[in-house]
Amino acid sequence: MNVGERLTDQNFPESPEKATLEGKNKFLGFWLFLGGETVLFATLFGTYLGLRNSFGKGPEASEIFQLPMVFAATIILLTSSLTSVYAVLALKENRVKAMRGWLFVTLLLGLSFLGLEIYEFIHYVHEGHTFTSGAFGSAFYTLVGFHGGHVLFGCLWLSTLLIRNSGRGLTLYNSPKYYLFALYWHFVDVVWVFIFTVVYLLGKVG
Amino acid sequence: MSNAHAANKSSLWDWLTTVDHKKIGILYLISGGFFFLIGGLEALLIRIQLMKPENTFLTGDLYNQVLTMHGTTMIFLAAMPIIFAFMNAVVPLQIGARDVAFPFLNSLGFWLFFFGGVLLNLSWFLGGAPDAGWTAYAPLSTTSSGSGLDFYVLGLQIAGAGTLIGGINFLVTIINMRAPGMTFMRMPLFTWTAFITSGLILFAFPALTIGFFLLMFDRVFEANFFDASMGGNPIIWEHIFWIFGHPEVYILILPAFGIISEVVSTFSKKRLFGYSAMVFATVLIGFLGFMVWAHHMFTVGLGPVANSIFAVATMAIAIPTGVKIFNWVFTLWGGQIRFTTANLFAVGFIPTFVMGGVTGVMLAAAPADYQYHDSYFVVAHFHYVIVGGLVLGLFAGLYYWYPRMFGKMLNETIGKWNFWTFFIGFHLTFFPQHFLGLMGMPRRYFTYPEGFGLGSMNFISTIGAFFMTIGTILFVYNIIITHAKGKMVSGDPWDGRTLEWAIPNPTPHYNFLQTPLVRGLDALWIEKMAGNKKMTPAEPVGDIHMPNNSILPFIMSLGFFIAGFGFIYFNKGGALALVAIIVGLGIGLVCMFLRSWIDDHGYHIHKKDLPKEDKGADL
Ligand code: HEM
Ligand SMILES: [Cu+2]
Repeated sequence: MNVGERLTDQNFPESPEKATLEGKNKFLGFWLFLGGETVLFATLFGTYLGLRNSFGKGPEASEIFQLPMVFAATIILLTSSLTSVYAVLALKENRVKAMRGWLFVTLLLGLSFLGLEIYEFIHYVHEGHTFTSGAFGSAFYTLVGFHGGHVLFGCLWLSTLLIRNSGRGLTLYNSPKYYLFALYWHFVDVVWVFIFTVVYLLGKVG
Repeated sequence: MSNAHAANKSSLWDWLTTVDHKKIGILYLISGGFFFLIGGLEALLIRIQLMKPENTFLTGDLYNQVLTMHGTTMIFLAAMPIIFAFMNAVVPLQIGARDVAFPFLNSLGFWLFFFGGVLLNLSWFLGGAPDAGWTAYAPLSTTSSGSGLDFYVLGLQIAGAGTLIGGINFLVTIINMRAPGMTFMRMPLFTWTAFITSGLILFAFPALTIGFFLLMFDRVFEANFFDASMGGNPIIWEHIFWIFGHPEVYILILPAFGIISEVVSTFSKKRLFGYSAMVFATVLIGFLGFMVWAHHMFTVGLGPVANSIFAVATMAIAIPTGVKIFNWVFTLWGGQIRFTTANLFAVGFIPTFVMGGVTGVMLAAAPADYQYHDSYFVVAHFHYVIVGGLVLGLFAGLYYWYPRMFGKMLNETIGKWNFWTFFIGFHLTFFPQHFLGLMGMPRRYFTYPEGFGLGSMNFISTIGAFFMTIGTILFVYNIIITHAKGKMVSGDPWDGRTLEWAIPNPTPHYNFLQTPLVRGLDALWIEKMAGNKKMTPAEPVGDIHMPNNSILPFIMSLGFFIAGFGFIYFNKGGALALVAIIVGLGIGLVCMFLRSWIDDHGYHIHKKDLPKEDKGADL
């Protein structure tokens, strides 16, 4: 069968994302990539933990962090993980419309998270907590900003995927692409859970 | 599809767009070799300056630049790429694959490395090279004036991204693309070491990526990571650098271990002694390599508990390393040894590397290291392991695999001259440095006073450097002679044991006409012993699927190169720098977008265009 051919319910394989060698390679390669990303964020977390009380000329963490807003952002991002799970479930059953619908919701949630984060950063800058106000500021914006950059990249990636494949069904060629996006999105969410705990909750207790 | 006709296009275009692992291997070898010559020239300048006390040949900041660029170039732009050259040229063949798992990314990895290396070296012409040592310790690196350190950070960042991509690619290739019957415990040792090295790359390089970002943010955007007056902490850089840096030295040496294992076994006409112990030792070294980074920081003041733990962990690595040494010796023992040039380099490697290991264990004794640290003793140690280990291994690999990569055999007579001049020169250069270190000569100083008795040994050391230069020139001469006058050899010129010798010469575009069936360790040797002239195929001759060439990796890397310039001149270049950043990153993103947008299914070489049957190595 041609990898670009639309799959039907009759010939739909159990795991369309891993049905070809290319798919298998992408699947494994992406998991390994996420392993590397883990080290990347671990290094950022380590640096942040080393500098989180070195406020320099800026305000202290417990003074400025706004837990309600951050909590809202957390809920939004976790929900987007859930919607991407629904998308993958739909993918496994060849329900293209449902899958694309859930992914679209995921995209909207991702964008709202980004909006909240930008708002939050602007607020902090007004409070005097900036990238250059002290080591804490540098470490905070780098860690949280790297995560935000990942969300932004994910939104761009997902938009490309949705637009490119609009009107197309699932194929052995595009199923791995959808699937990998979902993996990426979960990873970005998990990182956020750590940020919420290590940066915000720990920052509040001092 | 369109690519089936790629051969008609100009050959430069073909090299820029190739996704063939064999060609990418050659690209890595040529550029890595080029940077090796530049790094070697820098080394020679350093040795000329140190030839006599109070010399004024190369002093002050210029000396610092040459020293920094020597180390940086050799590690990141010479050693790593030449290792990747072999991984590309050999690993897919050794596991019976037609290409790597991600041919497109393979090309991207190469071009990122290439443009990163060029960016770093352009600093010479643009106001001065980096001058804070290859380790770029803060705050020296954060406060160094000029743009040199910015070139260091951005050039290596781009090159490092390429390395990371290459690492993931080889991990997936080795896990997913092995021929039927090629179980993990039947993989040749070079493939094993390439596998573990790729794993180390995957887990070590991201730390460096972050380190470079932090350094760049401090320098370019006025962040305060390493600025103690703003609450920053320069020790964080040292930790991050060595969390990457120690695994990096094993990233370098493991593939050399693999090469030596192949060469010693082939030229002893024996199965590698203790194959499974060799595999286990490789895995163990890779694992322990992550737990010892603080042995570079014994004198920082981490405290006696931390120092003791790291000292013991470091010494533990000597055990699996010793296992390897014994296994090579036992492989040679009782074998029908042929002293080809490749084997000379391998046999020279063994005692030389042992000496580097012994000084390593000496350095690992934390209290004693207070004496050795930052002295020429450390310089002697790491040159014994890197030059006496890695570089001798690379030479062995070059002489061994040259016929596979280029179809011709390097001249053996010149090869032997190459070996002896390089080998003697090496020991002449670095053996005295142990004693210079013990006598108190610090590293990285551009001169030393008269009357301390350091002159004669430094002089000997410089003479040795000239011998190594002669050896290198002989090697380059050998390459020229070989390509001018050498004859094509058969696909199996050494009476090889592993799959890369089971195919005709030159290697067909698709490597294996039929995927081979592997029946044990040393797959080809098993067939030879069974009286077969070639591998047993695992499939009938049929259409072969191949990936399409692409120019996107080249353009994408060019984009990041342009953006790199923008960041380097961000504080001085004003609007132009900003434009470079936006345009450069834009090019990179657009290329990624195109890659995602354009469906790329590859193409097929049809059965009617293929030979009727597989004739093995002697086609
Ligand atoms: C038995 C194995 C080894 C041990 C026990 C060992 C131990 C050490 C120690 C303790 C140091 C720090 C010395 C100091 O700065 O005071 C050191 C430095 C170094 N080692 Fe090793 N080493 C071993 C093998 C290797 C290998 C295989 C390589 C590379 C292929 C290597 C490359 C280096 C380099 C590059 C440095 C110096 C880094 C710098 O400060 O610029 N070592 N080694
Ligand atoms: Cu080390």
